[in-house]
Amino acid sequence: MFEYAPAPESRSVVDIKPSYGLFVDGTFVDPTDGGSFKSINPASEEVLAEIAEGGSQDVDRAVRAARKAYEQVWGPMPGRDRAKYLYRIARIIQERSRELAVLESLDNGKPIKESRDVDLPLVAAHFFYYAGWADKLGYAGFGPDPKPLGVAAQVIPWNFPLLMLAWKIAPALATGNTVVLKPAETTPLTALLFAEICQQADLPAGVVNIVTGAGETGRALVEHPGVDKIAFTGSTEVGRAIARAVAGSRKKLTLELGGKAANIVFDDAPVDQAVEGIVNGIFFNQGHVCCAGSRLLVQESVAETVLESLKRRMARLRVGDPLDKNTDIGAINSAAQLARIRELTDAGAAEGAQQWSPPCELPERGFWFAPTIFTGVTQAHRIAREEIFGPVLSVLTFRTPAEAVEKANNTPYGLSAGIWTEKGSRILWMADRLRAGVVWANTFNKFDPTSPFGGYKESGYGREGGRHGLEAYLNV
Amino acid sequence: MTATATSARSDLSELGRSETALRAFLHGLPGVDQVGAEQRAAQLGTRSIKTTAKAQAIDLAIRMVDLTTLEGADTPGKVRALAAKALRPDPADPSCPHVGAVCVYPSMVPYAAEVLRATGPGRPSDGPGPGSATGRPSDGSEPAGGAAPTGLGGVHLASVATAFPSGQAPLEVKLADTRAAVEAGADEIDMVINRGAFLAGRYGEVYDEIVAIKDACGGADAGRQGRPRAHLKVILETGELATYDNVRRASWLAMLAGGDFIKTSTGKVPVAATLPVTLVMLEAVRDFRAATGRQVGVKPAGGIRTTKDAIKYLVMVNETVGPDWLDPDWFRFGASSLLNDLLMQRTKLKTGVYAGPDYFTLD
Repeated sequence: MFEYAPAPESRSVVDIKPSYGLFVDGTFVDPTDGGSFKSINPASEEVLAEIAEGGSQDVDRAVRAARKAYEQVWGPMPGRDRAKYLYRIARIIQERSRELAVLESLDNGKPIKESRDVDLPLVAAHFFYYAGWADKLGYAGFGPDPKPLGVAAQVIPWNFPLLMLAWKIAPALATGNTVVLKPAETTPLTALLFAEICQQADLPAGVVNIVTGAGETGRALVEHPGVDKIAFTGSTEVGRAIARAVAGSRKKLTLELGGKAANIVFDDAPVDQAVEGIVNGIFFNQGHVCCAGSRLLVQESVAETVLESLKRRMARLRVGDPLDKNTDIGAINSAAQLARIRELTDAGAAEGAQQWSPPCELPERGFWFAPTIFTGVTQAHRIAREEIFGPVLSVLTFRTPAEAVEKANNTPYGLSAGIWTEKGSRILWMADRLRAGVVWANTFNKFDPTSPFGGYKESGYGREGGRHGLEAYLNV
Repeated sequence: MTATATSARSDLSELGRSETALRAFLHGLPGVDQVGAEQRAAQLGTRSIKTTAKAQAIDLAIRMVDLTTLEGADTPGKVRALAAKALRPDPADPSCPHVGAVCVYPSMVPYAAEVLRATGPGRPSDGPGPGSATGRPSDGSEPAGGAAPTGLGGVHLASVATAFPSGQAPLEVKLADTRAAVEAGADEIDMVINRGAFLAGRYGEVYDEIVAIKDACGGADAGRQGRPRAHLKVILETGELATYDNVRRASWLAMLAGGDFIKTSTGKVPVAATLPVTLVMLEAVRDFRAATGRQVGVKPAGGIRTTKDAIKYLVMVNETVGPDWLDPDWFRFGASSLLNDLLMQRTKLKTGVYAGPDYFTLD
């Protein structure tokens, strides 16, 4: 046997402070009522830092700082000067990417391989991309001189903490808005390090404000009357509540919510690559991906072959220490999320689907869930309908392309879909019929800042990324 | 061996009889998505192999090297020196394993054999050769590397035949070339496929030629001993096949025709072994064994120069086909300069410091 010796990335590259305040108006401040919570490492349950909990007064302070910066500095600043700051931030992110990647893996539980090779390169690319737009907004197709909205309230999830921050802050700043951002309560650390990067880049005070906290802090932020625009990524349930809260107000809203994507494998698919795509689709980032390919629709005539290959491949997945460079699957982000995954998988087993996981040893401390597939799943099972947001794949079969489309669309969500076939005409035929914001052909989970991303139906509205992503932050 | 596997085997052996059946079978294999295959190969390349795992990998890689010289300027002296190095890659360290094989042109086989035999434990009838120390499958499938007589100090003697590297010669010439190499003492034959015929779609011709060469691997008394004296490595020259779909088809074609190993390249065209090409070939041998029960080896050759590269290949073998192939009987590196880098890294791991190139022999 060829056993890989442990190859841990050093955590000494990052300096975590014992406690963090709120980042308001260019400095770290204590919260008005002094509340705090702890951020832990989900792989070990060790406390990483004490984080300030922002209350409504803190939110108000941050929104007012953002308003002042918008009116006095950032709004009037020429696009090319805003671009300079964004380029500077992008370069600092690249320079400090190892530090950020280690911190992301510590706080989130994702393998260092992914934070290093996926998250961080995309974060920097996003800032570079939107920096390029800052002085070219007149050519984006929204009129000769499109104006910003003002103050953007942004609430982001815990699955890609820094990447979601980049998706929100880069286009907002490029178009001339200022922001108040609330990171998720389980993963605030990279956002706070980003605040230090803003200071390092000499970004004018108040342009970026970061208020940490949980649901109540988020509610205070989106309901604040001084906010012109709300961008939210997270669960459909919270998205609905936000939509209700802003109904009838002048606030512009974009939502990027849940998904239950179908990954559709036809009998003429390149099997080995399709299996890689299935694995990447559902086990990337422990399945904590809104666009995860959590339903595998495989043509019945090749189901046995594909499943056999898939199981063989899954047996090779290395679950464990997120900081080990050879880890493929890290820790589940929180105890609450682990409980949610267990509840749904228990329901899957109780409803008669067959559960399978490769033999794998899970660490004793921390939150872990082995990569799992369910076969014999039908559209009537809860695991085929509800978003599990974990490393759990439901396998369904189909007979014809029309049936594949029907089953793929038979969900309240519509964020993404995957098609695996060697036939180009079928890819186009399917893509026309799938009600999903992104359709990947012979690949999955491919992201690029130039490509718009967003959903249909209960997966939300509005697009992030690309030229389309500018619209959400412009008064058009 | 299950009954299903046996019947599957006989089914596949019929394929070579008809050009139409062969074509239908090869074109019915699942396609290879180029982007996906290259992405997977790149991902495997990011594995971090350190400390004990690295030491294990380096020794395994040394045992897998087919130490090669294929130059017009090769002389008996050069080949004798190479063979000596194959036996004792690091004269300063007796714990360093010998390489898998020496690979030379047919005319140079006698000189290599002379050196290797001088230290050899004798013919296989005298007892199992050193190669047999490695795990042998007990299911009746023949280990590719051990099928032929060793008796060469444990180091196999490979020779490129069949009008290497272009393969553009009449079949009779190729057969004579092969027999001559076997008679001179080669126990492994590296043949090139007829790429012209393959690209023109004449799969039957390519198949028949491999079958004929395999037969010639028995030497002058082919057939009488009941098993070939040399085992056959089939070079696909993947750089000339251009697409991964072609690589997969050529791999299956070579295996169906009886090849014991499939090898990427001659090293004589600009594009030699690459990780994605090797990935596709590993998938082919894995699927072939699942279908027929027969295990076939893989040899990437050309362009593999560093320990880092070699370890990437070993990781790929480990995670694609598993430990059954992590053995010199089933996986080889065709390389010349790789060995010294492996030795240098081996010494570095043991002593903690890099020694200069002058501390490693240049044969």
